[in-house]
Amino acid sequence: MRLPVKKTYKLYIGGSFPRSESGRSYEVEGANVALASRKDLRDAVRAAREAFPKWAGMTAYNRGQVLYRVAEMMEGRREQFAELTGSEAEVNSAVDSWVWYAGWADKLGQVLGSSNPVAGPYFNFTVPEPTGVVGVVAPEEPALSGLVARLAPAIVGGNAVVLIASEHRPLAAVTLAEVLATSDVPGGVVNVLTGRKADLCPVLAGHMDVNAIDLAGVDGDRAELERLAAENVKRVVRNGEGQSPWHAAAFLELKTVWHPIGV
Amino acid sequence: MGSPAVKQDRSLVPSAFEYAPAPESRDVVQLEKRYGLFIGGEFVEPRSGEFQPSISPATEEPLADVAYADAEDVALAVTAAREAFDDGWSDIAPAERAKYLYRIARILQERSREFAVLESLDGGKPIRESRDVDLPLAAAHFFYYAGWADKLEYAFPNRTPRPLGVAGQVIPWNFPLLMLSWKVAPALAAGNTVVLKPAETTPLTALLFCDVLRQAEVPPGVVNIVTGDGRAGAEVVKHPDVDKVAFTGSTEVGKEIQRAVAGTGKKLTLELGGKAANIIFDDAPLDQAVEGIVNGIYFNQGHVCCAGSRLLVQESIYEQVIAKLKRRMGTLRVGDPLDKNTDVGAINSKAQLDRITELVAAGEEEGAEIFQPPCRLPEKGWWFAPTVFTNVAQSYRIAQEEIFGPVLSVLTFRTPDEAVEKANNTPYGLSAGVWTEKGSRILSMAQQLRAGVIWANTYNRFDPGSPFGGYKESGFGREGGLHGLEPYMRLE
Repeated sequence: MRLPVKKTYKLYIGGSFPRSESGRSYEVEGANVALASRKDLRDAVRAAREAFPKWAGMTAYNRGQVLYRVAEMMEGRREQFAELTGSEAEVNSAVDSWVWYAGWADKLGQVLGSSNPVAGPYFNFTVPEPTGVVGVVAPEEPALSGLVARLAPAIVGGNAVVLIASEHRPLAAVTLAEVLATSDVPGGVVNVLTGRKADLCPVLAGHMDVNAIDLAGVDGDRAELERLAAENVKRVVRNGEGQSPWHAAAFLELKTVWHPIGV
Repeated sequence: MGSPAVKQDRSLVPSAFEYAPAPESRDVVQLEKRYGLFIGGEFVEPRSGEFQPSISPATEEPLADVAYADAEDVALAVTAAREAFDDGWSDIAPAERAKYLYRIARILQERSREFAVLESLDGGKPIRESRDVDLPLAAAHFFYYAGWADKLEYAFPNRTPRPLGVAGQVIPWNFPLLMLSWKVAPALAAGNTVVLKPAETTPLTALLFCDVLRQAEVPPGVVNIVTGDGRAGAEVVKHPDVDKVAFTGSTEVGKEIQRAVAGTGKKLTLELGGKAANIIFDDAPLDQAVEGIVNGIYFNQGHVCCAGSRLLVQESIYEQVIAKLKRRMGTLRVGDPLDKNTDVGAINSKAQLDRITELVAAGEEEGAEIFQPPCRLPEKGWWFAPTVFTNVAQSYRIAQEEIFGPVLSVLTFRTPDEAVEKANNTPYGLSAGVWTEKGSRILSMAQQLRAGVIWANTYNRFDPGSPFGGYKESGFGREGGLHGLEPYMRLE
C-alpha cells in the first residue's frame, strides 16, 4: 500500500505560493486551506500593482496567447479539475471560457474603441485601456467555471487581479493558481486568496489602491461593500451572466486623444 | 479681496493700446421676476415655499428669484418623469424621438444670442466664450444625440439596448447650459425621462431651456427641472424611483453620491474633479504652447474640471516659457463678462472666490513664488486676477488640490519618464496636455498618462462626438460620442 502525497493548499501572491502570514488555515473540502489575513490581502494588492504595468504594456496579441496557454495547461489537468469539481462539463466550460476570452485580447480595441469625427481640424480617437488593479470576488458556486467567468474578462484587457476564492469550495481556485503559475501569466497579474469573505471583502472594497471591484460573486447584501468602494471612486460591477466583451469593458477605461491636423 | 495675492499695484495696464468698451446688449434677455419649478411641462409653485435670488457675479445684482425645491418637490418631479416614461416616451417611435431632439438643437441655435447673454449674466463667463463655445456645443450635442435615437441597436453589437427609466441628473455651475445638454441629450435619445437639478448659482439658462422644451413641443414630464441647492440635489440622487444618477461636480460630493447610491442598483456616472498636467517638451512650438497654456488654465476663469492647472515644463526651456507666459498674461483682459473683448470674466460665486483666495494664500505660505499681471479689477463683483505660481513643490496644496480658478502651478522635469511620473502623481485622472513636435513621443506620452482625455498640441477642445470622462478619482462613465450612450442604457 502506498500513502498518497497530499498537497498543501496555499495562497498565490506575486507568483509564489506562501502560507498565510497569520499562520492560520481552515478545514474545508477535506483539506487545511490557508486562511488569508488582511495583511495577505494588502500584500496581494501590492503584488498586483507591481505586476500591472508589465501586463498592461504587453501587446494584445501576446496577452491573448498567454490566456490561450492557460486553456492549454488546464486541458492537461482536466481529470484533476473534474475530480475537484465533480463535473466534467464545468471543466470544459472553464477551459472554453479561457479560449473565448483569449481571442478577445486583440479585438477589444476594435470593438470598444472608435475614431471620432469632430467638427474641426483634429484627429480624434478613443481606445480602451485597463483600469489597473481589479478586485474579484469569485462566486461560491460553481467554484471553477464561475471563477474563470469573472477572472478571464478582468485580465484579458491588461488589468491585474486580486481574487477572493469561493469560501466553501476553494480547492479549484488554488489548483487554478498552479495552472496560472505555469502558463506564462506574469507573477502578480493574478493573486488568489482563500479564507473568510466576510473578513476579506471589506478590506478589498475599501483598499485605496484597487481601481475596480467585481461584486457579482457576493451573496447577500453588497451595500456596505459598495459604500466602502466609494472611498476612492472604484468602478463597481454588480452582475454579469455568461460571457461577453462587455464584461471585459467594465474593467476598461476609455482614453480619448486629440491632435490637430495641419501642415 | 484681502488676500496677500492681490496687494500689488494694478494701475498700469500694459497693453499697447486701450480697448473701447464693447458690451453686448442685455436687451435680448427677458427675465421673469421669479421662477417656480418646471414639473410636468409647466412652472409650479414650490411646496417648499422657498425662493432665493440668482445673483450676477460681475455686479452682485439679483437677477431673478428662483425656487428652492425640497424633498416633496423632487418627489413630484420624479413622479412626473415616471409618468411621462410610462405614458409613451419610452415607446414612441425612435425616429420621432430623434425629431424632438433635432428641434431642440435648432431652437438653441436660433436663440443662441439670448442664451449666451443670459449665461454670461448669470455665471460671469466672458460672452466670447458663451457665444463661441457653450452655445454652439450645446446645440451640437443635441444634434449629435438626436441622430442616435433611432440607431441605438447599431451602437451595441449583439445586444438589445433598453432605456433605464428616470434619470436624475445634477450639474455644475461652470458650463450650465452645456452640462445640461451633455446630460439631457443622451438621456432622451436613449428613451429615458429626466429630472435635472441645475447648480445653485447658475439656474437661469436651465429655466430658459424650459421655454425651448415648450417650443419643441416635448411632451410634459419628459424633462423636469428642479432648482435649489445641494439639498435638492441629494433628494434627486436618493429618490427610490430614480433609475439612473448622473453627476458632474467635485470629487468630494461625487463620493457622497456613490455612497448614497450604494446597494440601490441605480446606474451611476460621475464626472468629477481634476488636476491636469499640461506638459511642454523642449521641442514644442513655444508660441503655440503658450497659447495652449493660457487656454488651458484661464479659459472660463479656470472653472474647468479638465483645466491644465499643473504646468510641467522641461528644464531646458523653463526660463523662456515662463517669460513668454508672463508677457502673454499681461495682455489678458479681465472684466465685464458681457464685453466682447473680455478674456477672463467674474468668479462664479463668493464661496468660490474664497476658496481660490485661500489656496493662493496657502501657495504663498508654502513658499511658491506668485506672479499676477497688473490689471484693474472692477469694484463690485467677484474677481481674481490670472495667477501663476513658480517654485512649486509637488507636495504643495496648489500642486495637489483642485483650485477651480485662474491659478497655474508650474513644475519642471528633465526626462519624459519624470514628466509621466509627476503628471500621474495625483488621485485625479481626467485630462492631460502634451506639447512636442515628435510624433512617437506624443503617442508614448498619450499611452502612459493615466487620464481620460489627452490633448496633444492643443488643449480644452470639446465635441459631442468625442467621449469625455476620467480615470481614478475623476469619476467613471463617459459623456459624448458613442460611449456616452451606454450610461443611459440597459443592455439585454
